[in-house]
Order: sequence, then C-alpha cells, then structure tokens
Amino acid sequence: MITMKGICKSYKVAKRNAGFKEACKALFHREHELIHALKDVSFTIDDGEMVGYIGPNGAGKSSTIKILSGILAPDSGMCEVDGRIPWKCRKEHVREIGVVFGQRSQLWWDIPVIDSFELLKEIYSVSTPSYNQKLEELTELLQLSEILRTPTRQLSLGQRMRCEIAASLLHSPRLLFLDEPTIGLDAVSKLAVRDFIKRLNEEHKTTVLLTTHDMQDIEAIANRVILIGKGQVLLDGSLDDMKRAAMTSGDDMSEDSKNLDLIVADLYHNLNIL
Amino acid sequence: MRKYYFFFRMRFATGLQYRMAAITALTTQFFWGLMECLAYKALLDSNAIKAPMDYSALVSYIWLKEAFLALFNTWAADNDVFNMILDGGISYELCRPLSVYKMWFARTIGGRMSEALLRCIPVLLCACLLPAPYRISAPASIGCFFLFLFTMLIALGVTVSFCMLIYILCFFTVSPNGWRVFFMGAVDLLAGLVVPIPFIPQPYRSIIECLPFASMSNVPFRIYSGDLQGMEMITAIGLQVFWLFALIGLGSVICRLAQRRVVIQGG
Repeated sequence: MITMKGICKSYKVAKRNAGFKEACKALFHREHELIHALKDVSFTIDDGEMVGYIGPNGAGKSSTIKILSGILAPDSGMCEVDGRIPWKCRKEHVREIGVVFGQRSQLWWDIPVIDSFELLKEIYSVSTPSYNQKLEELTELLQLSEILRTPTRQLSLGQRMRCEIAASLLHSPRLLFLDEPTIGLDAVSKLAVRDFIKRLNEEHKTTVLLTTHDMQDIEAIANRVILIGKGQVLLDGSLDDMKRAAMTSGDDMSEDSKNLDLIVADLYHNLNIL
Repeated sequence: MRKYYFFFRMRFATGLQYRMAAITALTTQFFWGLMECLAYKALLDSNAIKAPMDYSALVSYIWLKEAFLALFNTWAADNDVFNMILDGGISYELCRPLSVYKMWFARTIGGRMSEALLRCIPVLLCACLLPAPYRISAPASIGCFFLFLFTMLIALGVTVSFCMLIYILCFFTVSPNGWRVFFMGAVDLLAGLVVPIPFIPQPYRSIIECLPFASMSNVPFRIYSGDLQGMEMITAIGLQVFWLFALIGLGSVICRLAQRRVVIQGG
C-alpha cells in the first residue's frame, strides 16, 4: 500500500535572459528561481490497484515517481510504501519495486539483452530456478525469444521497451512504477505492452502506477485516474469521473462524440493547469 | 560482494568487445613509447643532466607505462558514468539495491582491466623484441616481480578511488569537463606519467612523493626494475595503502552527501 501525505518538492532553476551579454553577466551572478514541482500531494493506493497518473508536461508526475522509488527526497511531507519510507531505506525499498523510465534505458548498450538480465539476476539475488521461470514467462508474454541475444543498440524502440519492462520485473516486484512506458511506440507494441500490464495485474496482483500522455493507455489499463497539475492533485477518481468533470465546462458537445484526447485537453484548459 | 563482482565481470566482458579501439590505441602507445626511449637516450647521452635513474630501468618504466596506460590514466574515466550523471540515467542506478559507490568502483576497475588486458600483451611483446638498449628488461628479481604485481593492484585501487572522487564531484557541477581538464594536466605530471618522478628536482620531488598521485603507477613501475627498493620502497607501499583507504573513505562519505542532494537532470 502506498500513502503520500502533503508531499512538497521544489527545484532551484538557474534563469537568465537570452544573449551574449546576459551569458557574461551570469558568469558572476546567477539568478535562481524556486520551482515548486509538487505542492502538497496526497493520495493512497491499495494493493493490486492499477492507477493512471496523468497531467500536462511539467505537472510533477516524474517527480512523484522518483520520490516513490526512493531516488529523490521530498522537502516535506510523509510517504510510506508498505511501511517503508522510500528515500530513508533506499536499498531495502528498491528490492521490492520495479521501475520503468520510458525515456531512459537500464540495459547495457553494447551487449546482448540477456547479459543485462543475468546481471540484474545477480543484483537482486534472484535464485536460478525462479529467474529461469520468470524469464520464460516474460519471454513468452512479451515475445522476447528473438531479441534476447541482440545487443541493445540494435533493437528497435518497441523491442527495447519490451526488454526494459521485462528487466524491471525479473525480481518479481509487488509494485511496478511505469513512467511513460508507451512513449514513441507503434500501435502493435503499445497494445502488447498494455495487454502485458493487464495480465501482470490479473495474475500476480501487482500494483501498477502508470504515467502517460496517451489516454488510450489509461482507458485500457487503469481503473482509477489521478490528475495532477502544477504540482497539485486536482482529480482522483474513475475515468468516468474525469469525463464528467470535463463536461461541466458547459459546452454543448455530447460526451460520446468527443475522443479522450479532446476531453483531457478540455479538462486541462478548464482547470487552468497548462 | 558477489553482486559487485558480477558488475566487474560485466564491464570487463563489455570492454573486451572494442577490438578496433584497442588496435588503434596500441599503435599510438607503441610509437609514443619508442619516441620517449629515444628522447631520453639523447638527453642522457648529452650528459646535460646527471641521470637519476638507470637507462635500462627508465626503458622498463616507459614500456610498462605504455602497456598499462589504460589502468592508470586518470583522465580517461568511464564515460558511461559521466553520461549517467549528465542526462539523468542515474535514476536507474539509484533503483538498484546496491551502494552506488561500490557499484561504480567495480565497474571502473572492470573497464580498466579489460582495456589494459587487450593492450598490454602486444605492447610488451613489441618491447621485448626491440634491439637493446630499447628493449624492456626482465624484472630485477622474482621478489620484485611479485611486489610489482601486488603494488600494481593497490595502484589501480588508488587510481580508481581518485576517479570516483571526480565522478562524485560531477554531482555538484553541471558538466564534468571542467574537472576533467583540471585534472588532466596536473595529475599526469604529479603521477609521473609525463616524466618519471625521480627526474623532478628537490624539494618538489619529496613533496610530490607524499601526494596520492605518486602512489599510483609510480610505485609498481619502479619496483619492477629495482629502482625503488629497501626502506624507500617500504615507505612507498605504506603510503599507497594509506591513500587507498583515505580516498575510498573520503569518496564514500561525499557520495552519501551527494545522493542526498541529487538532482535528476532532464525530467
């Protein structure tokens, strides 16, 4: 179970105007601005839930994931994951979770994927039988058999993402954080990833927290949506709740005639969080 | 410990893949070594200075330096680690139930050893086949040879723990290039990679010999030819061990501090 209560996080950002003169000035004096990435974020997620975490770029989604996975420490607030405070006991915590950062890679670039997997087996001290069983399962579900022996640098983005997801699950974590896992994928790979995540939740009761900009991901996977904007939780409910919230803006189009992206765009406008 | 060993093994195996890089580096190192041998011959033959080292010891020093350059150059630190800090790839490193310091330490040692292994054998082979006096001589004694291997391991540890400090300093600055350029010139000189430390005049030589940089390649390469022996050698090994623990201790502490204020770059 995940509990977040009143989490705040701010970053110091260096700012200057354009131009050479300004660059020279910045050599001696720099102006910093405090950006509040998260302002009093609170929610709870129960075991086995699949939660979509959405919001415009810069809303604080990735910061939340990083705090939950123990990489960043918040400025204030309380956060517990299965009774652990992630950033206080990072090593114990990360053993129990799996994380996929869609825009980064955890696989070694120049060597076959299977070698990266074997290293992860050692890092997480997974026993050989359970590693083999898990690898077999993941290979089948994510169709990896053809690509395991290929170096990462020669995989397509879709192939790589399937390997990334498999890599995050080799130690059978009870909790999975996915930060934009479908970014840049074609339709087939997207569907494969969505199906896989659903099956993972059904078969292993894995709790999933997913951030994405693709509303179809949310529709296919999540039974609950948390909407965040400018560092604050603005909506927490089902997808229907979200559609209803978008409707209250009073425009005359019926709910069914608009696609999800339009609904979300309306919602972002109405909430004034862009 | 086992986990870090696998990290080492992984990086070692990865390093063995870069054959072309090894071949090109090899030619550079061979010609550079030959040039240095010739230059010192000219210098010493001119009787311009009193030779602080035997010419044959000097030749061995030069060839060992070229053969094992990959182990001891401080400026060629692992680029993957720098990139991780720069573009935020460190997110994944922090998601592992491991100590970041030990993980990167094992990785750097693995990378350096694989590079050195690919290069040292052909360079040493060439150095054995050259005509005298440019040929590398055998170690001064069996004892010297084992001490050479032993001190080379400590020297590698000192070099890597120093590189770890550079990695960690990059948590505090935006780009690693400043630190790297800063250390490139200075450390090469202080470690005896430009000229062997015995050639440096007093009192600077005594000061330099106390610094951690003199505990890197300087010690094993001079023990090999018997140039460093007796009490002087024991002091040098003692200093090596001291610097190894001091640098690792310092690095671990700063690493812990750095992780607390880590900023993941690039969203």
